[in-house]
Amino acid sequence: MNKETEQKKAGSVTGIYQEFEHWNVNMGDKTIHAKRMPGFFRTIKNYTQLFYLLFFFVPYLRWNGKQAILFDIEHRQFHFFNLTILPQDIWMLSLLLLLLAMALFAVTSVASRVWCGFFCFQTAWTDWFTWLEEKIEGAPHARRKLDAAPWSLDKIRKKTIKHFIWMVISLLTGISFSVWFVDAFDYWNKLVHFQLPLVGWVVLIMFFLGTYILAGFMREQTCFWLCPYARIQGVMTDSQTILPAYDSRRGEPRGKLHREAAEGSMVSGDCIDCYQCVQVCPTGVDIRDGQQLGCITCGLCLDACDSIMDKVGKPRGLIRYASLDELEGKPVKKMYQHPRTLVYIGIILLAFGGIVYGLTHLGSMTLKVIPERQPLFVRMSDGSIQNKYEFKVLNKTDKDLFVTVTAEGGVKDQMIIGAEKPLLTHHGRGTSFTIFVRAPGENIKREVTPIEFRVQSVEDPVIAAEYNTRFNGPKP
Amino acid sequence: MSEKHDVSGAQTTGHVWDDDLADFTNQPPKWWMLGLTASVLFCVVYFLYYPSIPFAGTGGFSKGIGGWTAIKEMEADKGEVDAVRGKFEAKLKDMTPAAILADKELTEYVTRSGKVLFGDNCAACHGQNGAGTKGKEGLFAPILNDDDWLYGGKIGDIHASIEGGHQSMMLAHKDTLSAAEIDTLANAVAKGQPTSTPLFAAKGCTVCHGEDGKGMQAMGSANLTDKIWRFDGSLEGIKRTITYGVNSGDPQTRVAVMPSFKAAGKLSDAEIKKLAVYVYKFGGGQVDTPAAPAVSDKAAPAAAK
Repeated sequence: MNKETEQKKAGSVTGIYQEFEHWNVNMGDKTIHAKRMPGFFRTIKNYTQLFYLLFFFVPYLRWNGKQAILFDIEHRQFHFFNLTILPQDIWMLSLLLLLLAMALFAVTSVASRVWCGFFCFQTAWTDWFTWLEEKIEGAPHARRKLDAAPWSLDKIRKKTIKHFIWMVISLLTGISFSVWFVDAFDYWNKLVHFQLPLVGWVVLIMFFLGTYILAGFMREQTCFWLCPYARIQGVMTDSQTILPAYDSRRGEPRGKLHREAAEGSMVSGDCIDCYQCVQVCPTGVDIRDGQQLGCITCGLCLDACDSIMDKVGKPRGLIRYASLDELEGKPVKKMYQHPRTLVYIGIILLAFGGIVYGLTHLGSMTLKVIPERQPLFVRMSDGSIQNKYEFKVLNKTDKDLFVTVTAEGGVKDQMIIGAEKPLLTHHGRGTSFTIFVRAPGENIKREVTPIEFRVQSVEDPVIAAEYNTRFNGPKP
Repeated sequence: MSEKHDVSGAQTTGHVWDDDLADFTNQPPKWWMLGLTASVLFCVVYFLYYPSIPFAGTGGFSKGIGGWTAIKEMEADKGEVDAVRGKFEAKLKDMTPAAILADKELTEYVTRSGKVLFGDNCAACHGQNGAGTKGKEGLFAPILNDDDWLYGGKIGDIHASIEGGHQSMMLAHKDTLSAAEIDTLANAVAKGQPTSTPLFAAKGCTVCHGEDGKGMQAMGSANLTDKIWRFDGSLEGIKRTITYGVNSGDPQTRVAVMPSFKAAGKLSDAEIKKLAVYVYKFGGGQVDTPAAPAVSDKAAPAAAK
């Protein structure tokens, strides 16, 4: 223990090297077989991970006969129930990403890596995979024994079943990912007939292998060495952040429970060095070393320690959610006294406001008018001046609409040619048509006259769009 | 610290910086060596497969066992484009220009592909987008996006004009009209009221330009009452046209020749049809009167006049 206190005092670069000497970094050379213990955080984790059932089942949800949520990359549309978002509105995606990033930061600054411990797909899939492993191969000690044992029929049988189920889950993961981007039932139909397009097979195989390897074999190594968010979140915490922490002032000096200690003849801390907290850790770290990269803050060691404390008749919370300030006996600030979190929340609100604005101002139709530039205008035989316009109408509704074309401003007695009958606009994509405006030459007072075009749906006059442009004429 | 990381036994390059900083002679990591080897193999295969090694002096090069050439690749890509266009082209083949115009989808296709054809064959005289070209003596070739047509603006007329070409003629009048008469006529024409002077009928202008001065489509004579000028619309310009004529053989005559794109073999039937629709869509195209063989119908009264 002397070494550690000495190290804390040093608090310099040298300290890091000293730490390195005894630090045992889990490089994946041994498989972590974590013990599963019931408890409060175990229950929470079980429920929060069920969130991913949405990932598997939502694509099959129908809405008005179509897939309710579909990121239709092929047709460049995003369907969300009644809403269809076209690439033109994709700027909202950047706000959404900002919002999600800031939400991650804010949560992390308050309660550390909540995402990692309870919501991350990597830890969730790993948790399910190891749960299955336990069902098939037994408790951790049995699994270690099985791994060490020579190959036998029983070992082959168990391993085959395990890997087969893992592969099935991996395959379903790949399929479930894919059907967010193409129609789910259509995808299954093509899949069972082996008619997926090449990109479909590539995505499926990549997700199959990714899931199988990352959740089946790499597990916590992914969090350690592959995941950037683990590192980002690591630096998001500060001394005010609550995180699963070992109360060393209460626990040390740790030691086996001795009769003498109970009798008071020997001074010892509450930690009985039972290693339950290490055994239940899915990443195999020792929380008593303090907050560290490998800790995904899932709280499973809290469950383990509490159950031991109950058994030895000591109060719970030797390992508990606590901030560094609290552990070091400094005054604990209120949550709102954390400016960083408030800044994150501010950015979240801004991004959220932007998205709400975007969604409420989507409009069902946009219009763009491009005036012909060569020639700017044409003189007709009766002396009138004609301008040519290319109309591009984007109909964002889910049905084809007929639109009328009207103009405001422009030249007196002008005539719109090319839209005598309502024009058809196709849904979900741009429709372009040519419109001419002809105006009597004597009424043209300026070289450039502003004109505003308006397209309006015949069926539903609310669906309309305007565009300001110009009517060109000769110098009067 | 350094004593804790004692590496005195390891092989180094022998260079030492800053007292203890040295360079190990370790083998690079295995994955890195594998990557390097794979890259080398890739280069070898690439050089063998593709044309790559120039032969000095001869100007030749190794052809590569793959037989790849840029032309072959281009032709393969062209095949792809042709496949997309094929269904439209097949449809176009047996349709009249008017029928194409009636088909919305085909019109869309034709107006897009027509742009290239027009740029290659027509824009040299008629200007980009049919805006016309001004020579130093006024308009050199007619504007195609207005509603004034010498030879008719119906789809069939436009098609016939491209197919057959045009070369109309106006006599030079320098020997038959006095300067004063030319002046009077030019002034009347400039005002857009050619019939206001009796000379118009008396001197035989009506033979070609019609009794009302509105021109005759059959012979491509200009409408003298509208606001659009085939040549220079200034008084001087009009005088010159009257004096020296058009395609009259006089050295100072105005020249107006539209070649026959069919006879010259420059354009295929399908291309002429496409161009007809494309030009029609400039904005000046005139609608066919329902159920009428427009061309012959119009020609008859014009000839009778």
